[in-house]
Amino acid sequence: MIANFFIFFGLIFFFFGTIGIIRFPDIYTRLQASSKCDGAGTVALFAGLIIREGFNDFSLRILIIIFFLLLTNPVSTHAIARSAAIRKIKPWRKEEKK
Amino acid sequence: MNLITVVISILAVTALLTLYRVIVGPTAWDRLIAVNLISSKVVSIMVASALLFKRSIYMDVALVYAVIGFVSTVAISKYLEREGRKDK
Repeated sequence: MIANFFIFFGLIFFFFGTIGIIRFPDIYTRLQASSKCDGAGTVALFAGLIIREGFNDFSLRILIIIFFLLLTNPVSTHAIARSAAIRKIKPWRKEEKK
Repeated sequence: MNLITVVISILAVTALLTLYRVIVGPTAWDRLIAVNLISSKVVSIMVASALLFKRSIYMDVALVYAVIGFVSTVAISKYLEREGRKDK
């Protein structure tokens, strides 16, 4: 029951992150949607799989993968945003009506 | 119909939807963001299929794939930051 809740939570994050990366108008907003999808969705899905599996060989390796993803996802997101900011990509603004 | 089969199918469908941004993305950073997201989804699919088929070697493949995705994302973003030049 709790495992199914966590898996459902992760799939919700994945689904809305995908909708955000299709619909958003700018690099930085798309990066925000992608970062949520990476961090929260993956970790919630793996936590649900660990609870469903119980404690054995598989769940220990999933814990190692969770630790690695929590370490590297913010670094890669920051690297993309920093390179886009150094090349002077303007953030998106709503056009004013004259 | 197992639960893990449903999880794998939903993740595959969202990865295919993300491929839209790779194809029509206006700049290189949009394509980089979408490729990073697809690599994260492939890691999730590999972990779920390791639990589905009871093969523990898929988990090692998922870990190595996560390492390669992280290194390639950082390398390509550093490349785009220097505009392809070697100095600085």
